[in-house]
Amino acid sequence: MKLTHLIKEALKSLTANKLRSALTILGIVIGVAAVIAMVSLGRGVQDSINKQFSSMGSAQIMVFSNYAPGITDPKPLTLGDAEALKDIMLAPDVKDVAADLQGNGKVIFGSKAATVSVYGTTGNYAELNNYDFMEGGYFNEEQVSGQSAVAVLGPTLAKTLFDRKTGIVGETIRIEGQPYRVVGVLKERGASGVSFTSTDNAVLIPISVASQRIAVRQTRGQVDTMTVVVRSSSRVNQATDQVKEILRARHRTPIGIDDFMVFVAKDLLDSLNSLTTMVTLFLGAIAAISLLVGGIGIMNIMLVSVTERTREIGLRKALGARRRDILVQFLAEASLLSMVGGAIGIALGWGIGIAIMVISKNSGSAITPIVGLDAILMATLTSSAIGIFFGFYPANRAASLTPVEALRSE
Amino acid sequence: MSDWVITADSLTKRYKMGTVVVNALNGVSLNIGAGEVVAIMGPSGSGKSTLMNIIGCLDRPSSGDYTLDGVLVSKLRDNEVAHIRNQKVGFVFQSFNLLPRASALENVELPMRYAGVTKNRTQRAKAALELVGLGERIKHRPNELSGGQQQRVAIARAMVNNPAIILADEPTGALDTRSGKEIMDLLLQTNAQCGTTLILVTHDPGVAARAQRTIRLRDGLLEEAQA
Repeated sequence: MKLTHLIKEALKSLTANKLRSALTILGIVIGVAAVIAMVSLGRGVQDSINKQFSSMGSAQIMVFSNYAPGITDPKPLTLGDAEALKDIMLAPDVKDVAADLQGNGKVIFGSKAATVSVYGTTGNYAELNNYDFMEGGYFNEEQVSGQSAVAVLGPTLAKTLFDRKTGIVGETIRIEGQPYRVVGVLKERGASGVSFTSTDNAVLIPISVASQRIAVRQTRGQVDTMTVVVRSSSRVNQATDQVKEILRARHRTPIGIDDFMVFVAKDLLDSLNSLTTMVTLFLGAIAAISLLVGGIGIMNIMLVSVTERTREIGLRKALGARRRDILVQFLAEASLLSMVGGAIGIALGWGIGIAIMVISKNSGSAITPIVGLDAILMATLTSSAIGIFFGFYPANRAASLTPVEALRSE
Repeated sequence: MSDWVITADSLTKRYKMGTVVVNALNGVSLNIGAGEVVAIMGPSGSGKSTLMNIIGCLDRPSSGDYTLDGVLVSKLRDNEVAHIRNQKVGFVFQSFNLLPRASALENVELPMRYAGVTKNRTQRAKAALELVGLGERIKHRPNELSGGQQQRVAIARAMVNNPAIILADEPTGALDTRSGKEIMDLLLQTNAQCGTTLILVTHDPGVAARAQRTIRLRDGLLEEAQA
């Protein structure tokens, strides 16, 4: 029996019962579609997390002060600490260090006013955080050390104050009553990013200015956060150790009771990734159960088909069909059901993914589902395997009928 | 070795019907010569169907030896028996037993497919259909054909592998008198033309009358054998 003829015969007998075949296929379609949609969605979420981290920079280390009880004489982080971390000898894996202060302030332009976060930062802050600008640029180190009254606006704040998108650079705004010249407007970053600072509705000014006007701290040169950029993301652990060592030496704290905290973005990324992988696997496994149910549907319908066609099986045996011929005939039907179901299921799962992408985009945080070749391959193999697995029992039952009994049945 | 196409020696067949053992055949010995036309008759429960199944290699005897065209069938394995059925036996059933979704041509091709014939398969099937007078209707499905025409397709299918015997089980049972006569004519004509042994299993004395001899069964035993 040639393969093409086998498929043709299987098609013929499946199309003889169109509704029944369609419903059987539907079971597989739903199973495969669910698996594909779940896995692609999980991958998409993972991908979007990774993207957000890479915009933040996965090769970043954040350093905060830690005033936990039990720490005697905690010292705040200072600009001096930030400078010390740039020591190429002691911290060869540190590429650059930025520092910032955080406060709040009332920002006024003309008759418009808004109370927003005010960040005082060093001049390299924008570069370290990969900021993009709608207009203008960031202030530089000279403006920081010269205590220039300049400001960079977040896009939401800019919209609130100016009601326009261009021509904002050069305007003068007031923060807590004092005038600042606008030198740049940031591009929107979205609020869903994994970041400690949301700069969309904020204003950024030189740290030297902020420390005197907005966020006055006890110690001279004190900073709230330091952002350390590592030369290579594979050296994050070494860089973390170097940072800790330098700060311990400068703060004279014994090991174990640091008066600072180090947060490694990559650690969070790794744990988030393993979390989403787990969720994806879990959802995929639930979806796989429906695939199993679909497979049982195939088995059920093939058993019915064998019973209905007992006489046909008997006739075929009388005409010289061997056991194998009958087995292959029924297996072909079962696999065809599952493969057609698998193909439609892949397309449907893909469609569901695209629908979710559109919905998520419209609601602000875009998830792009990723339908990998491996997922398609897996779904195809699984559904064919299901067809053969669940088709085998009925097919074997058909093949094992004795011709006399089979011919005698009505 | 003579020119017997069928040699049956003390065939017995026992069934279990629940707890009761039924002796369907109680030692049947018979010979049928090549090219003969033989009718097997007997009332219900006489073992007629059982004997037919064994002759057609659809079933095995519980004991005794059955030789078909020189092959000791009772000793073969299942797949070998399937091959024997395919090559040496042509079946004609009372209810035609055509595949409903296949055309007349495809139905006739089927035994050749199981035989693995690829060369000239369609031509041979067409020739067989022409021989039974259905050359014009090869694309028709069984439900588009009359009973007589369906039985002709079945005869073409039985003939197509050039078997040693044609085993016809009540071939006219589902047909009106005229079609029945035509089918009998056709069966006897193929016997005359091809020399294929024809075995008719029937209740109908009219059918049996056209055979060269009649084998009668009663209670699993041969009643008489007329030469």
